[in-house]
Amino acid sequence: MYDIAVIGGGPAGLSAAVQARTRGKSVLIVSGDPRDNALYKAPQVDNYLGFWGVSGKELLERFHRHAIAAGAIEKEGRVLNVMSMGDTFYLSIGSEMEQVRAVILTTGVVRANKYPGEEDFLGRGVSYCATCDGMLYRNKEVAVIGKSADAPQEANYLQELGCHVTYVSDKAPEGLRADIPFVKAPRPEIVGEGGVTALRAGSVTIPCEGVFILRPSMAPADLLPGLAIQDGYLSVDQNMATNLPGVFAAGDCTGLPLQVSKAVGEGLVAGLRAAEYLDHQSAS
Amino acid sequence: MAVIHLTNEAFDQAVSNGIAMVDFWASWCGPCKMLAPVMEELGNQYEGKVLVGKVNVDDEPDLARRFGVMSIPTVVFLKDGKEFDRKVGVMPPKAFTDVLDANL
Repeated sequence: MYDIAVIGGGPAGLSAAVQARTRGKSVLIVSGDPRDNALYKAPQVDNYLGFWGVSGKELLERFHRHAIAAGAIEKEGRVLNVMSMGDTFYLSIGSEMEQVRAVILTTGVVRANKYPGEEDFLGRGVSYCATCDGMLYRNKEVAVIGKSADAPQEANYLQELGCHVTYVSDKAPEGLRADIPFVKAPRPEIVGEGGVTALRAGSVTIPCEGVFILRPSMAPADLLPGLAIQDGYLSVDQNMATNLPGVFAAGDCTGLPLQVSKAVGEGLVAGLRAAEYLDHQSAS
Repeated sequence: MAVIHLTNEAFDQAVSNGIAMVDFWASWCGPCKMLAPVMEELGNQYEGKVLVGKVNVDDEPDLARRFGVMSIPTVVFLKDGKEFDRKVGVMPPKAFTDVLDANL
């Protein structure tokens, strides 16, 4: 069990992790592929105090080294669910589960408008977890909607399990197996009756029983039902606490401006307040 | 023994009478691991009233196919052997107790 899980390895999450470590808390950072991070993609950052002209990639790598040096433990993967169990939280990360005492959400902005049919067929052909559900689609046709940097690897995994995979994305994937067909389509549509029967991708219709939607991260509201949201961002108070006890949030997921300094500052507050929250819990 | 591990052979007999709640899971599924302690707890809480069972979809692919399980965890509710509700994905205990309480 860890004291704190930080969900998201961007500036806010890494700052929160450093702060929580200075307060002596054990910290688990769960993060996807760094290439999916918004900062990683910024060629140049000019408004982070003292570091003008630095590349986003370099800044992110420095933040990352700092958090690891501070003793945070990192796990690469996608958090699929968070469940409150009273005093603790359970997190599922791919095929694994972790237990923690507090959660800091630093997921960034999840620009994920759901696809037509996604909600209707969730659990009836639509899945977010190749590791979990891949085996149930052996010898069957499946489509992978690849949005995250590691999606081609997940598609390869499904193909190797024995699924018949078609890969759908708005840009050409890197590292996809040669025997997996690729269909370029910006906004596919899931169709079916009772369960999934096909994926409509542009002018192409792909008959399939399963659709795996692989985004860089889950939207916080889908991770943790009951989270208060306003205008598409997580509602937090000045302690970066959400409406759920023990759940804090920082960075882009809490709202504008989507800037590194703001994320780092909020991360610090969230890390500190989460540590204090735990101290109060232990004392009571 | 609060939660009973069900096999294909034993399944129909086990759920034939009264209310049963069956969790389809696998060892390679993180969300299933989250649900396991919830099922344990509900197994104790409803001891003698509800049969709380688990089906490992790896070991029992026929049962998974029969119930059309397409995503795990899936929890199927049965009355006298007939399915009357199901919940797909990780949910808090209340999601399950609501169904059970409404049908007991």
